[in-house]
Amino acid sequence: MIRLQQLCKCYQLGDEPVQALDHVDLEIGAGEYLSVMGPSGSGKSTLLNMLGLLDTPDSGRYWLDDIEVSALGEEARAAERSRRIGFVFQAYHLIERLSARENIELPLVLTGNAPDERRARVDELLQRLGLDRHADHLPNQLSGGQRQRVAIARAVIRKPALLLADEPTGNLDSHSGQGVIELLEELNGEGITLVMVTHDPAMGKRARRRLWMQDGKLIKDEQDAHA
Amino acid sequence: MRTPDLFRFNLRLLTGQWFRTLMTLLATAVGVAAVLLLTGMGEGARRFVLDEFNLLGNDVLIILPGRKETTGGLPPLTGEGTRDLTLDDAEALLRLPGVRTVAPLVVGLTEVEANGRNRELVVVGTSIELFRMRQLNAAQGQLLPVLPLERAEPVCVIGAEVRRSLFAQQPVLGRWLRTGDRRCRVIGVLEDRGVSLGTDMSEAVIIPVASAQQLFNTQGLFRLFVQVQHLDLIEPLKPSILDLIQSRHQGERDITLITQDSLLGVFDDVLQLLTLAVGAIAAISLVVAGILIMNITLISVSQRTSEIGLLKALGASERQVHRLFLSEALMMTLIGATLGVLTGYALLWGGHWLWPQFPVSVPLWALLGAVLLAIGVALVFAWLPARKAARLPPVLALKGMTDAQH
Ligand SMILES: Nc1ncnc2c1ncn2[C@@H]1O[C@H](COP(=O)(O)OP(=O)(O)O)[C@@H](O)[C@H]1O
Ligand SMILES: [Mg+2]
Repeated sequence: MIRLQQLCKCYQLGDEPVQALDHVDLEIGAGEYLSVMGPSGSGKSTLLNMLGLLDTPDSGRYWLDDIEVSALGEEARAAERSRRIGFVFQAYHLIERLSARENIELPLVLTGNAPDERRARVDELLQRLGLDRHADHLPNQLSGGQRQRVAIARAVIRKPALLLADEPTGNLDSHSGQGVIELLEELNGEGITLVMVTHDPAMGKRARRRLWMQDGKLIKDEQDAHA
Repeated sequence: MRTPDLFRFNLRLLTGQWFRTLMTLLATAVGVAAVLLLTGMGEGARRFVLDEFNLLGNDVLIILPGRKETTGGLPPLTGEGTRDLTLDDAEALLRLPGVRTVAPLVVGLTEVEANGRNRELVVVGTSIELFRMRQLNAAQGQLLPVLPLERAEPVCVIGAEVRRSLFAQQPVLGRWLRTGDRRCRVIGVLEDRGVSLGTDMSEAVIIPVASAQQLFNTQGLFRLFVQVQHLDLIEPLKPSILDLIQSRHQGERDITLITQDSLLGVFDDVLQLLTLAVGAIAAISLVVAGILIMNITLISVSQRTSEIGLLKALGASERQVHRLFLSEALMMTLIGATLGVLTGYALLWGGHWLWPQFPVSVPLWALLGAVLLAIGVALVFAWLPARKAARLPPVLALKGMTDAQH
């Protein structure tokens, strides 16, 4: 499903160049569950942003479902993001003035789906994530765990094939973090490809395949034998 | 994105920051209202003046003593050599084929006394024909009697305002007035046409032209109005009139001929220009509103940087983000412009209610112009900030960075 070839990304921090991704080669199959671990600044988020088409590599190539997305322009990348990719961020990134329901349906609003269709799909998800009582609440009326569930609902409302989560539990206590992870794993169980960045080894160990990064390089790629 | 969704999304933004929204709405509304108000007043003034001067009818030629040189020739000798326009001239003109009537006019200020009250008033000497040309009617009594032009009679017709100031509510017909050193009997009161510009008759005492000549001790006339039998005769009659006067004034063409149309034309041009200028000044306030909109859109972009990043992460294209920010500004402007149109009309109608004589009308070009300008200004000024938002790289925007640093 995903193939990265010699992907490089270099940032300029002050006048010092930082190699955030250093010739990364990676293949991910459909339905896999990956965790990406490594020290802070090792390039985990950069990798995830590359996978999510939020960032463009300096060199190297990227195929997503046999499309060479590294060759696409920004508008085409936006279309691919909309169609194939869901994001979950550490900081939730919910729009504060919109209710939980409105946040969840935002991707459908952007693609111009009809209100009836949106309502049905959002209701279904709200129910499933146990958020139906909070549909009309604003984000600041929700707990951290609930917010992250809303963000996950928003990420999967368009049924993407790839779900990218950047430290989704980073702002949560262990109990609600556990719930969020279980939700993500449940989605993966239904076939979505899940790539999760985490700095918590216990969380990371739950994944069937585990990557370690350091200084922009993939230093370890571990897979459960019985996957 | 569907239009109703876009609408709702923007509405959330605008109501979420009501103070900011209110200020922008106010600026736009004031700009639009100012354009409507000022052009409406300018247009009102124009119509007002036109209506007033139109009273004379466009089959009337106005003769002024003295020549206004417009096409080279000898420099005019001011006053010198200019002969008076006399009643004999008037009678000669009346005999000219194609002329229906001639009305002379003598105007002067003099002390008028009646009922123990003294007023400095305009005294107009003329004949019954002037009333007919101007469609002036008597509210009480009669107009001037039909007399040979050179017959003086001790009678007068007074304007409604004169009647009020000299006689209050008392009956006036048959009462005597003293104008200067002579007396005259009031035989009629003019109907009140309210405020009027130009030759205002409501504050005048009108007496036979010969009486006025005696009163002011002059042979000369201030004006001569010549009404032709048919509109088409205006142009052919001009040279005949000039020739006639030339032959009567020892070879001097010492008069100026004005038609109603040319007079109105000048007024019309001047007033239209004035309306335009005033409208343009008001339009500047709309540009100020535009700058405000630009600032607000800029602030909106920087406040919502991470939201832009999010929208892009959710698959919004550059075009969509651009449209989102433009439509926000546009919506604000449309609401503001609507408020401005309503306020502008409300104020104009309020003014009309207070002063009914003043016609109220906003020219269509001003209405459309103001609204289109407001929209144009909003689009132009919101364009750059919106494009800036649209071009933000998603990964930077998510981190809340507005400037790309490579
Ligand atoms: N936009 C940026 N500008 C400059 N440097 C950046 C930018 N994004 C990331 N970096 C740098 O790239 C390196 C990798 O960052 P990141 O992928 O966020 O690491 P991680 O998520 O593993 O903590 C870090 O040194 C970081 O400072
Ligand atoms: Mg990170």
